[in-house]
Amino acid sequence: MAKTTMIKAITAAMDEELKRDDKVLVFGEDVGKNGGVFRATDGLQEIYGEDRVFDTPLAESGIGGLAAGLAFTGFRPVPEIQFFGFVFEVMDSIAGQISRERYRMGATRKMPVTFRAPFGGGVHTPELHSDSLEGLMAQTPGLRVVIPSGPYDAKGLLISAIRSDDPVVFLEHMKLYRSVKEEVPDEAYIVPLDKAAVKREGSDVSIITYGYMVQESLKAAEDLAKEGINAEVVDLRTVSPLDEETILASVKKTGRVVLVQEAQAQAGISPAVASLIAEKGILSLEAPIGRVSAPDTPYPFSEAESTWLPNKKDIVEKVKEVVNF
Amino acid sequence: MAGIDFDKLKNIVDDKFETVRVLDNDGNVVNKDLFPDLSDEQIVELFKKMVWSRVLNERSTKLNRQGRLGFFAPTAGEEASQIGSEFAMEKEDYILPAYRDVPQLVLHGLPLYKAFLWSRGHVDGNKYPENFNALPPQIIIGAQYVQAAGIALGLKKKGSKNVAYTYTGDGGTSQGDFYEGINFAGAFKAPAIFVVQNNGYAISVPRAKQTAAKTLAQKGVAAGIPFVQVDGMDALAMYSVMKAAREYAAAGNGPVLIETLTYRFGPHTLSGDDPKRYRTAEEEQEWKEKDPLIRMRTYLDKKGLWSEEKEKAWTEEVNKEIDEAMVLTEKAPKQKVSEYLKNVFVDTPATIQEQIDKYTKKEAE
Repeated sequence: MAKTTMIKAITAAMDEELKRDDKVLVFGEDVGKNGGVFRATDGLQEIYGEDRVFDTPLAESGIGGLAAGLAFTGFRPVPEIQFFGFVFEVMDSIAGQISRERYRMGATRKMPVTFRAPFGGGVHTPELHSDSLEGLMAQTPGLRVVIPSGPYDAKGLLISAIRSDDPVVFLEHMKLYRSVKEEVPDEAYIVPLDKAAVKREGSDVSIITYGYMVQESLKAAEDLAKEGINAEVVDLRTVSPLDEETILASVKKTGRVVLVQEAQAQAGISPAVASLIAEKGILSLEAPIGRVSAPDTPYPFSEAESTWLPNKKDIVEKVKEVVNF
Repeated sequence: MAGIDFDKLKNIVDDKFETVRVLDNDGNVVNKDLFPDLSDEQIVELFKKMVWSRVLNERSTKLNRQGRLGFFAPTAGEEASQIGSEFAMEKEDYILPAYRDVPQLVLHGLPLYKAFLWSRGHVDGNKYPENFNALPPQIIIGAQYVQAAGIALGLKKKGSKNVAYTYTGDGGTSQGDFYEGINFAGAFKAPAIFVVQNNGYAISVPRAKQTAAKTLAQKGVAAGIPFVQVDGMDALAMYSVMKAAREYAAAGNGPVLIETLTYRFGPHTLSGDDPKRYRTAEEEQEWKEKDPLIRMRTYLDKKGLWSEEKEKAWTEEVNKEIDEAMVLTEKAPKQKVSEYLKNVFVDTPATIQEQIDKYTKKEAE
């Protein structure tokens, strides 16, 4: 066991699964010799050969079709979409085809496909690289959408995703790739899908969040603690379907909720969490639900990222507002 | 700019085209070299399947009008293209049909009553045994092309000697997925056969408005894969070309693109399309004279292999098959939302389980 980055944990997860199951195939743009533009697949082609880790022509819809066809013929595809902002090119394969094949064919087929993709702001990309589009995926029946918040979860969740017989969209926040190090076991291990995690216990307010915003929320919680506010931080991990049990238990415990996401207010997962709490947890609430999210514009020009993206300060302010209601 | 003759460059491809034909309109063999390696009995069998498809087209239309069938995309006129190509394929080959390609799907092994259930909108129509290498008819134009590349690559990786084959129409070639599919299959040298059934119209938009390309077959040039244009009203030419393409792909040479020149005698679907709005009676008449059934019948008559009595008896048999299938279709159980919910995931999440419980309770009431 050693302290490692999320990108290395992700590579390790694919390595474990390629080793364990010869039906696992890793493919996409630049994933072969180049090891991926972020080096997520670094060294894998060398170990497992071009038959199992391979470059594709540059076309996302083609990659989606490949994933579907390979799943139909008994493989366990792990395609990479180079940046999740390119997902619009492959929406039909994901939302129109793969997510509904099992349903369409009356449970006579399964689609064990894991789409991996980097996303997320704060790293000064050109447009359509950083967008938080998980909400689009979450509104698609038949898909699981998983977003890890750090290295340990990333490895265990990706292994679970690849082993899952259902399609998973696995989104990796670019800012997390190398900024956070955690102890990560060398061997394969599982972090279960469909389960949120309480990343910090607290009693005054529940900050419910996912992805990079978990890190910002944990920092906010430290600051708040100094002011006597004890915040709980819930990391959704699987953002669709929601782990209702963990969310509602936290709401019941604290009675106050702040939903934090990097996506725009109209997008993302917070609206679904708010709806869940309104339906099944409203009697626990002692204040209106607070929300921290980005403004409803397309992802900003990169020079303005820092004013657009939600941050620790926004979270601290919103938590105080909800606690002092 | 002086010195570059762009029209000449374009014509390098445009000028090279021939349409492959074996039988002319009068049933005479015009290309002995391409005559299929089929016995007389097999050719009769091919023709019987074409008649089967024509009868199925007529009955499906009536059953739709009676409200006993749902969605139907008429197939009359396209029998040579559809049945001729299917007839060249092996049972273990993987078919990815579009919504007009139900006859091939049934001949490939889908029980007719299941095709009818699909038409009516019943999930049981799409429940395929694990070893049935087929997908349900694709609705999204082009999606089957990228999937065919994937299935073909899967077959190649498994060391299978089988191929994937898929269909779209003339309009389908304008989709990005059309190019991505043929290009991926080419890049991976995957055993796929892409059939473009060019019936002249994408619903109402004529072929000429789809592309500046002279033929749809030549779109294979850009992907670097072999391509051929076939008389899609000539079942023997269709069979020969498809069979050769199958052998080429199965031998590990990569994909083939086939354009078939055909015509649908009826409307696009039975959901309100009126071809009179976009086709002339003269044009329709011209194509009816190329009817693939007449051409084959004339050929078989000349050889003494077919007769009016035989056709009458066979038609009766087909009608009986359709009647029997309809009995099974109408016996299908009522669909349940609880089953739908169970079918979404292999590992059912708690949120869905809650809904399964709710609907199971409602359905028991």
